[in-house]
Amino acid sequence: MAQPQKPQRRREPEIPVAPVALDKKGDALLALLPEVFEAFDVEFGAAVDEVVVTAKPQDVPAICRLAKEDPRLDLTYLRCLSVVDYEERLEVSYHLFSLDKRHKMVLKASVPPDEPFVPSIVSIWRGADWFEREGHDLFGVVFQGHPNLAPLLLYEGFEGFPGRRSFPFHEYNEY
Amino acid sequence: MQVQRQPTQQADTIDLMVNMGPQHPSTHGVFRVVLWIDGERIVRAEPHIGYLHRGSEKLCEGELYSQVITLFDRLDYVSNLNCELAFCLAVEKLMALEIPDRASYIRVILCELNRIASHMLFYGVYGLDTGAMTPILYGFRERERIQALFETVTGARMMHNYIRVGGLRHDLPEDFVPKMAELMDHLKRGVEECDDLLSNNEMFIARTKGIGPISGEDAIEFGVTGPALRAAGVLEDVRISEPYSIYDRFEFGIPVGTYGDCWDRYYVRIEEMRQSMSIIEQAMEQMEPGPTVSALRRITRPPKGETYMRTESPRGDFGVFLVSDGSDKPYRVKVRAPSFANLQALQHLFRNAYVADAVVILGSIDIILGEVDR
Repeated sequence: MAQPQKPQRRREPEIPVAPVALDKKGDALLALLPEVFEAFDVEFGAAVDEVVVTAKPQDVPAICRLAKEDPRLDLTYLRCLSVVDYEERLEVSYHLFSLDKRHKMVLKASVPPDEPFVPSIVSIWRGADWFEREGHDLFGVVFQGHPNLAPLLLYEGFEGFPGRRSFPFHEYNEY
Repeated sequence: MQVQRQPTQQADTIDLMVNMGPQHPSTHGVFRVVLWIDGERIVRAEPHIGYLHRGSEKLCEGELYSQVITLFDRLDYVSNLNCELAFCLAVEKLMALEIPDRASYIRVILCELNRIASHMLFYGVYGLDTGAMTPILYGFRERERIQALFETVTGARMMHNYIRVGGLRHDLPEDFVPKMAELMDHLKRGVEECDDLLSNNEMFIARTKGIGPISGEDAIEFGVTGPALRAAGVLEDVRISEPYSIYDRFEFGIPVGTYGDCWDRYYVRIEEMRQSMSIIEQAMEQMEPGPTVSALRRITRPPKGETYMRTESPRGDFGVFLVSDGSDKPYRVKVRAPSFANLQALQHLFRNAYVADAVVILGSIDIILGEVDR
């Protein structure tokens, strides 16, 4: 009599995490940061080759101004401002770079998707203007204090936030 | 053009609101800008973009990593290979993947060729913008030669889909070296010819010198990058400040301007073409036979994490912010397009400029609407 075969259980493969590989400048910056941002409630970390500073949304403008004006950091160039939708929270990332010292830092702030309020940094970097408008357009993040949050990429009267994960986009079937 | 009259507080002057675009030929795509004019001067300018918005970033979230490359081709549609390279480098950085030397060399050679092709297009179109008809014929002739070479290598003139995560689709064709030598001969003469034809032309100088200047501090403040930033006297090139791929193996100069005006922005590009040719020559010398693809599984699955990769595209700092959740599709792709940031400075550049110079200034920052609107 043949023995009944055990049903084979498929195990979900473990997802590897990208290792942190900071260079010398990154290590030096990470060592320096707690001293510079003493006054703020921030957390320090690293993602692949960049130093990550996680802050409260209301502290963002003060931290940005300090990062730009403190001669030890000298992060004068705002490379990118992006919003990532993690469903339970919206994360705003500010990628900063120092043109003289050539080190880089990411500032992050998370907001709940139903109350997405982040203070604007247009008064610090004028280049943040369109990036913030795009973030408002596609993700619905309200950058408080921005002079003009009119739609940039979408047309007037568009409903919904197409950047968010909950916005459907593959409404057709492939055959 | 539609003209509306709008009385202002001062009773003696009238601001005219003039709409330019979105189908105006000198806007280089579908771009609209509303100008408020007092006499011959522009008082205020308000750019409107988004006519070409295809939701590329959102589309990336629904495609496999290998399929996303085709979407990146369509961002900056005159320097496709540079966009492909940026995305592949981002994925490779996340996976900590070693790339075979030969693949890196081929990438650099093709990307620098693409830079020359893109600048040649700028050269021709900028001639048209300033009222010179001939340069476009010379610019397009050189660009066409480069694209013919691209066709023999990748099979397509524009949407190449050639650079892959971990290497390249396939190796170069057998007759690449003689074809390349022939092309370089043509290009060297072509660039000098173009330079002689337009750069020191008296009328061209009168139309561009001292027009639309921007200071280095303002340029950094606005996030302006690439030739427009270097023309303002700031030495910043991603190939130097954060060398990616194998750019640290070559010796090349970075042209920097003095006044940040239209002529400087133009001439920085002409000089960049010479430097690109020098890089290509060095790369052709150093390149050795070998594999062009690293050992990879069929489906790319980068580890969980996020990375920001920036490269120097012909227009400036092209950044890719890639968030991976460990699956075979990216969780979020954010493209930091250089033209998008450069275009923001337009309001600043237009202020107090003459209406007749508007097209000259817009042409000098060399926007591609494909990457502005994404």
